[in-house]
Amino acid sequence: MNKINYSDYLRRFSVPLMFVIICAVCAPISGLSPSYLCNEIVTRMGRNAFLILSLLIPIMAGMGLNFSMTLGAMAGEIGLILVSDWQIVGIPGMILAMIVSVPISALLGLFCGKVLNMAKGREMITSYIISFFINGIYQLIVLYLMGPVIPIKHSNIKLPRGYGIRNTVSLLSMRQKLDNLIPLNIGGVKIPVATFIIIFLLCLVIIWFRKTKLGQDMRAVGQDMGVARDSGIDVERTRIISMVLSTVFAGIGMIIYLQNMGNIATYSSHSQIGMFCIAALLVGGASVEKASIGNVFLGIILFHTMFIVAPKAGTVITGDSMIGEYFRVFVSYAVITVALIMYETNKRKNKSKAGEQLALAQEEANE
Amino acid sequence: MSKAPLLEMKNIKKDFFGNQVLSDINLTIEEGEVVGLCGENGAGKSTLMKILFGADVIRETGGYGGDIILDSQKVSFQSPFDAIAAGIGMVHQEFSLIPGFTATENILLNRESKKKSVLSDLFSDRMDTLDRKDMDRRAIESIEKMGVTIDKNMLISNMPVGHKQFTEIARELSKEQLKLLILDEPTAVLTEKEAEALLDSIRGMSKRGIAVIFITHRLGEILAVCDKVVTMRDGYVVNESATKDTSVQDITKWMVGRDVADSDVAYVTEDTGADKNIIMSIKNLWVDMPGETVRNVSLDVREGEILGIGGLAGQGKLGIPNGVMGLYHSGGTVTFEGKDIPLNNPRKCLDSSFAFVSEDRRGVGLLLDESLEWNVSFPAMQIQDKFLKKYFGGLLKWRDDAAIREVTDKYIEEFKIKCTGSTQKAKELSGGNQQKICLAKAFALEPKLLFVSEPTRGIDVGAKALVLDALKKFNKEQGVTIVMVSSELEELRRTCDRIAIVSGGKVAGILPAGEQLEKFGELMLKNC
Amino acid sequence: MTEKTNTITLSDRVKDIAKDFGLPRLIITGFLVLLLVVSPFVGADLPTQISNIINRFSWNGILVLAMVPMVHSGCGLNFGLPLGIISGLLGATLSIELGFSGAFSFLMAILLATPFALVFGCIYGWLLNKIKGGEMMIATYVGFSSVSLMCMMWLLLPYHSPNMVWGMAGKGLRTTISLEGYYTQALAKILQINIGNLSIPTGSILFFALLAFGMWAFLHTKTGTAMTAVGSNPEFARSSGVNVDKIRLISVVMSTWLAAIGILVYEQGFGFIQLYMAPFYMALPAVSAILIGGASVNKASVMNVIIGTILFQGIVTMTPTVMNNMIHLDMSEVIRIIVSNGMILYALTRKTEETK
Repeated sequence: MNKINYSDYLRRFSVPLMFVIICAVCAPISGLSPSYLCNEIVTRMGRNAFLILSLLIPIMAGMGLNFSMTLGAMAGEIGLILVSDWQIVGIPGMILAMIVSVPISALLGLFCGKVLNMAKGREMITSYIISFFINGIYQLIVLYLMGPVIPIKHSNIKLPRGYGIRNTVSLLSMRQKLDNLIPLNIGGVKIPVATFIIIFLLCLVIIWFRKTKLGQDMRAVGQDMGVARDSGIDVERTRIISMVLSTVFAGIGMIIYLQNMGNIATYSSHSQIGMFCIAALLVGGASVEKASIGNVFLGIILFHTMFIVAPKAGTVITGDSMIGEYFRVFVSYAVITVALIMYETNKRKNKSKAGEQLALAQEEANE
Repeated sequence: MSKAPLLEMKNIKKDFFGNQVLSDINLTIEEGEVVGLCGENGAGKSTLMKILFGADVIRETGGYGGDIILDSQKVSFQSPFDAIAAGIGMVHQEFSLIPGFTATENILLNRESKKKSVLSDLFSDRMDTLDRKDMDRRAIESIEKMGVTIDKNMLISNMPVGHKQFTEIARELSKEQLKLLILDEPTAVLTEKEAEALLDSIRGMSKRGIAVIFITHRLGEILAVCDKVVTMRDGYVVNESATKDTSVQDITKWMVGRDVADSDVAYVTEDTGADKNIIMSIKNLWVDMPGETVRNVSLDVREGEILGIGGLAGQGKLGIPNGVMGLYHSGGTVTFEGKDIPLNNPRKCLDSSFAFVSEDRRGVGLLLDESLEWNVSFPAMQIQDKFLKKYFGGLLKWRDDAAIREVTDKYIEEFKIKCTGSTQKAKELSGGNQQKICLAKAFALEPKLLFVSEPTRGIDVGAKALVLDALKKFNKEQGVTIVMVSSELEELRRTCDRIAIVSGGKVAGILPAGEQLEKFGELMLKNC
Repeated sequence: MTEKTNTITLSDRVKDIAKDFGLPRLIITGFLVLLLVVSPFVGADLPTQISNIINRFSWNGILVLAMVPMVHSGCGLNFGLPLGIISGLLGATLSIELGFSGAFSFLMAILLATPFALVFGCIYGWLLNKIKGGEMMIATYVGFSSVSLMCMMWLLLPYHSPNMVWGMAGKGLRTTISLEGYYTQALAKILQINIGNLSIPTGSILFFALLAFGMWAFLHTKTGTAMTAVGSNPEFARSSGVNVDKIRLISVVMSTWLAAIGILVYEQGFGFIQLYMAPFYMALPAVSAILIGGASVNKASVMNVIIGTILFQGIVTMTPTVMNNMIHLDMSEVIRIIVSNGMILYALTRKTEETK
């Protein structure tokens, strides 16, 4: 029994372990100073944690990795674009952007949940395609409808042709306003206290949420839809709620992310965000069916350390800065691929294991 | 007659699309009474319980006739939830448990104790937090009620099967309103000790005033725990007596007995083929087929005979053909015409001129989305290179659609298959016609040995006769050895030469088809 | 009496066909027809438009055809198409590196790409056999991983041909490599027909027709029949003695090889090799094209490929011109994204295709 547990642990932590090794090898080669690294990781922690936390709820409800968290990200961007046109600055601007984004996220989450209920058993590929589909709608709105239909007053965010939003929208008025709300500097490392407090609050909410009736229902639905339905739980509704919550949190997370960045890349900010968040979560040791808050933070530290040091190390080793860039993209995708493969093979293994046990018992009886 | 009975079922009738499965069932249960319900598979036990429990399938197939009176009130349940609310609990054969949850969480699934939280007023009561302490209390309470100890904090996935069963029972007991508990073969998965404990707990429930309907094939248990035993056969209640007045032999007789008027058929009453060649010999076969496990079966099949394999559902009779044909993981040795046949390899079996008509028509037997032509010709094409035109010295094997149509049309005519033509899709056919297609597929292989599994399951009377006649004719005219598995003993007796009865995954005995029914009944229940 | 039943079945047939055709497909066809009708009025030149569509059909047809085998064997839509494309790119770059030129370099590219496609296809197929039921998601990410891995490889592999590497560094392949002097229009020029503004790349179309015929023929052989059966009901196939894993592997290898050939044909039409992240999203247009053509997650025919490619490419090429001429607004990109992904979503959520 002990032996099985060992190998089980090893498998579960194999991905984080691999990343520890990659980071340990690359960090010294990159020649980056420890204080710079610390600073960067703390910044990125504040930037990404909220977004990644938003992935936890659908995993709990058995819907796998929510590739359509980009929907929330788009809603957040729309909120920010509108708010910056209304020229509401600083923290009030952020809060207003969140308020604007929530109904949009909720609506998108509802749509997404409904569609995923029609595609049970292939949630992930469907949510992945949904993110592309909604991206098209988003472009339609931002590129064509903003201006003629949705009033946009200020020309500094409008394209020169008179409608549509520029490729980059500056958020100078909000830039790191939240991060710097409560300034703190420990040994040269700038700590975005206010952001951390919000993240901490979300963690508390998630922990509390697990203890609610709804959280319990989600866990039940996630493990066995049939049994949950037989016991009277409204499976479809529960799944939709989990998508709505995830999307709304992702929207808020995107606003926090962008206030740290200081500008919106209107047409590309959201497109990669899902992939990087999912990769970070998986690097932290999560799997398609199980993820904890600890996975989120471990994931951010490991994944982003790799992210920072890989290009530098790549440059030092090969003399070409692009190698490292490509390397980290490759690693992100590879991690997700490996996690998905492990998930699917585990699913099959569990099935055949049950059979083997039976066969073994019979064989023993035969002897 | 001072008190009205807890439950009365009056003149219950049910048909599935004109196929009468229950006729005039009357059943009365007093408070705290334990009623044993027995009968062969297909006798109508499950259907009756489904009606009582308000299962969706009953409503979807046109409801039922007759009245159910619970606590002197006429009830008609629209869904299992109504039944539960009225105080009826049911433990199904398949577990309905969440594997990653503890016993407590499963016992109180969707009926958790809750505490109000800040957000509950704002949104809904689903935002209440769980009151773990109270949940533990309630779980312990219901476990104590049951009288069997299980660890309330253990995850279901780590539990032995017996404890899972107990968790399910505890869930029903935790429902305050419970008055009547239906247990559908609860002891099938239990060890002897656990079964004993369960019987004790049933007695305990009865003392508390909870009535129990106990469905089982283990007649000893019925005698041990029930007040009354009800025997069903072919959709009728054939006997209802107090347990103290009856015996295992009596019940067996009631279960398998037929009306005398029916027996004008000529049965093969003697084992006449003892001198025939053994064409296939199965030794120490085990098959891991979920729900139909086979343990240590040895069986000889004689050349040119029709061998029946019978037995109750779940006893392993289906596992034998599926295991030999390599569809489920199996072990042991199978020799055919003196040669060893490797197991777990369908191809080798088919190459050795076996054919198999599966009981899982829609899952294994047919290409539902393809034409009848494809269904009939596919195995023969893949295995024996029939219906192919060869070019370039066999390098290119081109499908010969004309030959395929010809053979399909031949079988459509021979079996009177109702269809719009040979290109109709298999899923559009009725069950009986689908079954005929499955037979055609096997016949097209021109096998030496044919396994047929539940050939008449779910098909109408006319098709049944045609299918059985076709099998007999195939056997007689082409000399094909047939091994036929069926739950319907009568059908086996009319078709086969010998019948092997499988019970508890083993061959309990082999009898000539015309042997007395009681003898078959005894074998069926031997290892249950 | 018989007459009556006949008419009933006939009208049922018509209804069935309409149902099979599906509403989204109907809308798309209608939209394309509308575009074609409107285009002369808004000042777009119809022959140019039509030859555009035909041209783009000839570039993309084989990539769409590559979907067919895997759909047939039940592996679902091949979102891992980029893996095959990479084999093609390796063949193309190697052919140039080894100094072949002109139309001959096209032939060599095909020959050189083939072993890569076979090896990659085998590994990919082996993997997909391990994870039956979750093919599409994993295929997507296998595609992505392989593209990003190759991004590094294009930089690191020892290519030297001055036509391909960065001029300054002398190593590392360029993102776009011109095929001028190599196999640009290698197929298209064969028997090309030019009537006014209408130009038809006969060679490319014949090449597509050859492969499409090959696919059609394959599906009529014993192995092809087995492939369809495996996709239709793997349990049935297994119980009929078919080696399901082997058939699935063959389908994956075929799909990968066709993708490799497909990208080479695409390049000869387009005139450039695009490396690095270019193959990344190439699977999606091909997937939606075959779906628009009437395929579903587990059924596809050569006819679906032809219709789908024409419809999809028709919309992609027609919308920008018509829109531009009409309202001076280029919404084609957005429309393409919405239509193609909407089509995939539609296919994924259809109940009838539920896998067990």
